[in-house]
Amino acid sequence: MLKRLRESKSAQGTLLAMPTMLWMLALLIIPLILTTIISFGKRSPDGDVIYTFTLDNYVRLLGYSTNCDAGQASCFDPLYLHILSRSLSLAFNTTVLVILLAYPLAYFIARANPKRRNTFLFMVLVPLWTNFVIRVYAWMMLLRKEGVINLGLGWLAGLVGLDFQPLEMLYTPGAVLVGMVYEFLPFMILPIFTSLEKIENSLYEAAADLGANPIKTFLRVTLPLSMPGVVAGTILVFIPVMGTFIVSDILGGRQVILVGNLIQRQFLDARDPTFGSAASLILMIMTLIVTYFYTRKFGFGEEIVAA
Amino acid sequence: MNPHRRSPFVIVATILVYIFLYAPILVLMVFSFNASRANVKFEGIIPAFSERVSMDGSLVQSSPCGPFHWFCELARNRDVKEAAGNTLLIAVISTLTSTVIGTMAALALQRYNFRLKAFSQVSLYIPIVIPEIVMGIGILVLFSQLFGVLNNALSLTGDSRLALGLGTVIVSHIAFSVPFVTLVVQARLQGFDKSFEEAAMDLGADEWTTFRRVTFPMILPGVLSGGLLAFTLSLDDFVITFFTNGPGSTTLPIYVYGLLRRIITPQVNALSTVWILIVLSAVFLLQRLQSREA
Repeated sequence: MLKRLRESKSAQGTLLAMPTMLWMLALLIIPLILTTIISFGKRSPDGDVIYTFTLDNYVRLLGYSTNCDAGQASCFDPLYLHILSRSLSLAFNTTVLVILLAYPLAYFIARANPKRRNTFLFMVLVPLWTNFVIRVYAWMMLLRKEGVINLGLGWLAGLVGLDFQPLEMLYTPGAVLVGMVYEFLPFMILPIFTSLEKIENSLYEAAADLGANPIKTFLRVTLPLSMPGVVAGTILVFIPVMGTFIVSDILGGRQVILVGNLIQRQFLDARDPTFGSAASLILMIMTLIVTYFYTRKFGFGEEIVAA
Repeated sequence: MNPHRRSPFVIVATILVYIFLYAPILVLMVFSFNASRANVKFEGIIPAFSERVSMDGSLVQSSPCGPFHWFCELARNRDVKEAAGNTLLIAVISTLTSTVIGTMAALALQRYNFRLKAFSQVSLYIPIVIPEIVMGIGILVLFSQLFGVLNNALSLTGDSRLALGLGTVIVSHIAFSVPFVTLVVQARLQGFDKSFEEAAMDLGADEWTTFRRVTFPMILPGVLSGGLLAFTLSLDDFVITFFTNGPGSTTLPIYVYGLLRRIITPQVNALSTVWILIVLSAVFLLQRLQSREA
């Protein structure tokens, strides 16, 4: 048998890839299949799964439930649809803001002195290496009523003689947006930097020689050539934002519920794995659809950088 | 001369973004010296050293460690030590495993044709393009159903019951690390110059020796990169660990999250500060090592 192994390249390949394949099969493919199966099941009284086939969970997600008051047979409650659309719009807004903030910084580093470039890059990576949870906590401290931002604003108002009521910044959708932008900003800076860096100086010189002003050069040279980076960054930001629950949990309190929170609560508090699985599946499908259409239009952005 | 380079807009925007990136972290670190236990307002640094901790309401007035009081509290916190130990153990085991099998898979995908090759490649991309929570839920569901069935079938009770714990966390960490390791090593293999291997074979080396003495040393930087990535991902992971951990397998991120939902004293800040400093020093060390090799 060993001889057959030595002779067959295909067998060698299979052997090499086998451990990984088994791992992915057991911990990715099978779980996803199981999630799908369970999403069509029913919740048992003690929070377990009754394996059956019913569309109840999906119907419920769409808003039609049979659990209505006033004796109606069925009613429409768009609660879950709201959660889904809120998550989509948050992901979209976060991505846009992140692009706006990341681009100038990436541009600055890309056109900086090569000797200093590494330092600037390093400074972008340091917050990234700080743990996610810690970074969210940092914003919690900043945004509280007695937090640093309110203190600063109060001091400023005092200077001008204005009466100042501390702003309620924590536990609002705005806080969640700021938190998300903060968490994912470095993920956009790096890919954009990578593609900007690849633009040779000679292109800028050529543009200048041909008489283009800075804005025109930017629109017709820089921006198009940096698109792969923007695309890669968008994928790196949009998808995680759709699924993150910790930012909305800590900075949004009970006020801001996203898909991630919904799923988390179904599994932990409500103990309804069937409904949670359905929500999880919808989330995955939505993410795949958005990614598919996006990459079809804009390409894959092969500069996905491993930090 | 490029007119953009000195564009004031870019420079101002850059400065503002850097401030935005660092201000929260700096505030966080400063508050680890907060005299107020309630940690809501900054009430100044703990002024005095003394034998025992003395408090006035929620203000720490003096302490054996002076301003570093919360760091000392941290050092005595057994839960933190356990969480840190778990985190490290999980990271080391999952990194070693995922690096080995990921490198093997990368070699297989780049250099061999075998059945299920397309399936392997695609299934390695999936964890990267779906939200982490979907994978976390899937694994939770798998383990809970599997353990339920096994516990019943084998009539396991009490301590011998299969449950979520270190094992499930480690196995899950390997699952999300492998795709990244494979990707990094594959990228390294793509630009690979085969002429070295061919030369070695021409000189009479067999396949294994060629691999051992030519191929592997050349892909080693990629393998190490992948391993480092896997290590970082594991240390920092929150979502997947959240759904697969059990009693006794708490990791640092989970622990901090738990604290955030309960009592927030400056000890959390002290923990954050220490963690940040450790990561920074590790990075510095790595940079120095790398530049010495280059």
